[in-house]
Amino acid sequence: MIEVKDLSVKYGGVTSLDGMNLRFEEGVCGLIGPNGAGKTTFFNVLSGFVRPASGGVTAFGDDLLRMAHYRRARWGIRRTFQTEQAISDLTVYDNVAMIHSKLRGSARKADILQSIEFVGGGISPWAKVGSLTAGQRRLVEVARTVAGKPRLILLDEPAAGLPEGETSHLTGVIKNIPPHTGALTILVDHDMALVSAVCETTAVLDFGKLIASGPTAQVLRDEHVMRAYLGTAEVV
Amino acid sequence: MIDTADTAGSKAPAPASRGPVLDRRSLTRLTVIVVLLLLALFALPPLMSAYYTDTMTQVAIYSIVTLGLGLLVGRVGLYSLGQLAVLTIGAWVGARLLFATSQPYILVLIEAGLVTMIIGSLITLPALRLRGLYLALITLMLAGAVEVILATLNFPNGGGGFSGYNGSLLHIPQIRRPSFAGTDPAFYRFSVVVAIVMFLLVFAHLRTRPGRAWAALRQSEPSALAAGINTTFYKLWAMALAAFVTGVAGALLAGADRELFSIDFPIQNSIELLAVVLMGGAFALSGAVIAAFLQSFLPALLQNWGVPNDWLIILFGVGVMQVLATAPGGIADQFPKDMKRLYRLISRLWTRPPAVAAGSAGAASAAGSAAGSAAGSSAGSAGKGGGTA
Repeated sequence: MIEVKDLSVKYGGVTSLDGMNLRFEEGVCGLIGPNGAGKTTFFNVLSGFVRPASGGVTAFGDDLLRMAHYRRARWGIRRTFQTEQAISDLTVYDNVAMIHSKLRGSARKADILQSIEFVGGGISPWAKVGSLTAGQRRLVEVARTVAGKPRLILLDEPAAGLPEGETSHLTGVIKNIPPHTGALTILVDHDMALVSAVCETTAVLDFGKLIASGPTAQVLRDEHVMRAYLGTAEVV
Repeated sequence: MIDTADTAGSKAPAPASRGPVLDRRSLTRLTVIVVLLLLALFALPPLMSAYYTDTMTQVAIYSIVTLGLGLLVGRVGLYSLGQLAVLTIGAWVGARLLFATSQPYILVLIEAGLVTMIIGSLITLPALRLRGLYLALITLMLAGAVEVILATLNFPNGGGGFSGYNGSLLHIPQIRRPSFAGTDPAFYRFSVVVAIVMFLLVFAHLRTRPGRAWAALRQSEPSALAAGINTTFYKLWAMALAAFVTGVAGALLAGADRELFSIDFPIQNSIELLAVVLMGGAFALSGAVIAAFLQSFLPALLQNWGVPNDWLIILFGVGVMQVLATAPGGIADQFPKDMKRLYRLISRLWTRPPAVAAGSAGAASAAGSAAGSAAGSSAGSAGKGGGTA
């Protein structure tokens, strides 16, 4: 469970998030909106890269904003990036082992191997990430998010630039994340087919404000959402 | 990448669940390293003259320095120009302890490493927020400051007080060596063994959690942060480790040279050090050894041949340009690739003749005639050139 209250982020004179209020319970939740709506900024606040001007974020009873950014991984936050950031010099195993978690010793090793197996794609744990395809590298990033008992997983456009076959594999993987890990998963993506396939609930951001939230199918039919995406010919 | 897959697939199909097993390639590499080390330790000393024993001792010591700088540059992406200053701090502390105490030499090495690590970390702490050119500038300035301090403080020469320097000494006592490594060849062996230990120390770091953290840091700091890596801490750790091994190298240098003078550590050598590390290859441990040969062996060789040292600076300039333009992995990365290419070329020439035995004679004669005509034309043009002149 994550609860966001009156969250505002300002970059100089630009207000990126403007009093955002949000509540996600469990499972995979979608966060959509046009470019520049503040989706990635929201993720950056949760990761600790951006300090909000005001507001608060509570996740599973803990005040997230009071934690140092590098401590949040140990607490259970995981994320991927819009541009894939798997470390090409390391093996797949080491990429997943990068995560600082509470697990130790053989339990940790088993967890890492299990995470790599979970994402599938025929990836050997001992292959160098630099030798993998773009789709496989995305999967390595996802494997990193499910390792080490995560509580909150943030996926930032994981399907961007992937061909259809790999997107459908990824769809299955993302769908299985909550039953596999028990973590609340937030998915940001522009691929509406993916969002409606995996998200039970979806929230829509526009200009830093939440304009709709609820069951995915209902939200996607919402008049305000259509207007935000397609624009309007309003005459004032 | 493809090569690894091939050898692993055809020779040793490693079960994915067991862990990273030694494949044939790393086994060969290990064998080569062990053989080279045994040669360096046992075969080389009886063959070398006093001049080259001295030179090779310097190579062993400087390989530890380039190891530390290579770690910073190649693994973490921190361009430091202050490593030579760190080396002088290690040499100073080592010399001071060797004069002031009668502790075993190895203990002094470790102590000098630790003291250098603390000083080095403290002075680089403010610089950790900087990267790239700015870090290089700051570390160069710190190195300059150390040089100034050293010029007034001087290296210990058996005097009293904190500095251990006495300018009016007539007979300067030599810095002591360990009892088991009193002679030059023995000290050379000792230096090689210390270098091996330092390489193993860094190797162990690279293979475990700090190595992963550094690799992540170098490629993507956000990704490292999101994985819970305390980037400042791990940068400091890299600086501290590099300073430790460099400090050990400094104390080793004190015993190797037996007399230390501040003019032996000019600040421009800091830049030369970065140049050789880039040329040798900052991304591989073997690059550190190659860099040490470029730094210490090549000048000695040129001096022996009577070639002026200025040529070396020109050579290094060209070498760094070559690295930046075409071979970012340095010699350590480029040389095996070139050798593989050469091997393929030769093996192709070797295997072809029996298959096309009849054609080869014709090809050879064709090649011969081509060469002949080329020679003819060049002779012709030379003739023409001569004519116009």
